[in-house]
Amino acid sequence: MKNCEYQQIDPRTLTTPTATPTSTLPLASKNVQRQRRRWEVFPGRNRFFCDGRIIVARQNGVLPLTLGLIFITSGLFFIFDCPFLVAHLTVCIPVIAGVLFVFVVFSLLHTSFTDPGILPRALPDEAADIERQIDNSGSSTYRPPPRTKEILINDQVVKLKYCFTCKMFRPPRTSHCSLCDNCVERFDHHCPWVGNCVGKRNYRFFYTFIVSLSFLTSFIFGCVITHLTLRAQGGNGILNAVQQSPARYPSCFHTYLVASNLTTNEDIKGSWSSKRGVEDYKNPYSYNNIFTNCCVVLCGPMPPSLIDRRGFLPPEDIPPIITTEQELPPFLAKNDTNMEETCQDFAVSCTG
Amino acid sequence: MAETHSLQDLRQQAAIASKVFIQRDYTSGTICKFQTKFPSELETRIDKQQFEETIQTLNNLYAEAEKLGGKSYLEGCLACLTAYTIFLCMETHYEKVLKKITKYIQEQNEKVYAPLGLLLTDPIERGLRVVEITIYEDRSSR
Repeated sequence: MKNCEYQQIDPRTLTTPTATPTSTLPLASKNVQRQRRRWEVFPGRNRFFCDGRIIVARQNGVLPLTLGLIFITSGLFFIFDCPFLVAHLTVCIPVIAGVLFVFVVFSLLHTSFTDPGILPRALPDEAADIERQIDNSGSSTYRPPPRTKEILINDQVVKLKYCFTCKMFRPPRTSHCSLCDNCVERFDHHCPWVGNCVGKRNYRFFYTFIVSLSFLTSFIFGCVITHLTLRAQGGNGILNAVQQSPARYPSCFHTYLVASNLTTNEDIKGSWSSKRGVEDYKNPYSYNNIFTNCCVVLCGPMPPSLIDRRGFLPPEDIPPIITTEQELPPFLAKNDTNMEETCQDFAVSCTG
Repeated sequence: MAETHSLQDLRQQAAIASKVFIQRDYTSGTICKFQTKFPSELETRIDKQQFEETIQTLNNLYAEAEKLGGKSYLEGCLACLTAYTIFLCMETHYEKVLKKITKYIQEQNEKVYAPLGLLLTDPIERGLRVVEITIYEDRSSR
């Protein structure tokens, strides 16, 4: 038994201490008054609203267009078609359309404003530990070759790639989105229509959005055709008829993906395609049952957000997150500086 | 008379000796599971069995959080039927288990790891990528 005993402490206070107004802060005066939240120093290309509660991609220019199209089409339907159809058919028509409209809008907003499953970047200690494990060659003055690690998942060989931006080996099914500059778990695709990546945490919202949008547009189309038939008029019907066709194809495609537990990314790359010519190359994540795959993808447990947007930064120790402007870790950056100086010297000697 | 010190005091006097990172184990798929291989850096500090028990309990808790069953499907279906608005007012099963995990780690730190000069960091603070174990300098060796 040792003479000195460690007094029990709350370990959480070591990593995220509560605000201590009386403590002296070594940082600039702007930090003395207010503790910063983690979203304010988030290294990815995202934008945050409502003090970190809402997260969107930096380029979300098409989302207003998506919302606008949905609102305008549905608005025209409710204003011009519903009164006639209620009078001639049933009051259920606007009710059903209303429910579908609510589903579409809510699931769209959920898809756009939810963290898709972003993996926080490795802190310097962790990055250095990984570097130590794989880098045996000592100092190098050029960018190291791509690093991969092979693992076995359900007797299937899977290659894990090293992400130079996030400084870690990407977990299986994770991909780095170049638009958002984040590694996203179970990455499906970056959707400009929703203005966000579609990944592990928001795929079910995205699927609900495209399926309910298909139903809504089909329903509106059917109602408009009925209206036209009863009234023999043109005008609004053409606009709605044009609107209805595109929504069906993504929902059919994604229904296939859900049933086979695949992501768009894997399907496009043909990761688990039997056409690759390798025997027994099958999807190790599939449960080999359409119903189970659907249940798992759409109704599985909701994973938590890993980026802790609203957590407070410790005032005396803001973690040196590696940003895109300073991508390389210190030991590589130092070598690059040397390389730059060497290049400059060489250039001077050539011209001199 | 035994001398008691808080880990916070010792951080100023006795710096962090090193950190060990227990990586994820993907052999069963993408579920959250950590490797139970005993790191060599901890050989002089803690019993192998104790370490394996801690990691195995953590793995069991994460398996409970991600368990596919009637309860999780019911939660998912209910969420879908309410256009996912219940997530705004209800804590998910996963979040409840994460709180349990935080409590367990705190308890392990207080009872087992802190007296040995070690500190477990909750994996959620590292994006569920690693279990970080901080090794503090052994004052009795000074």
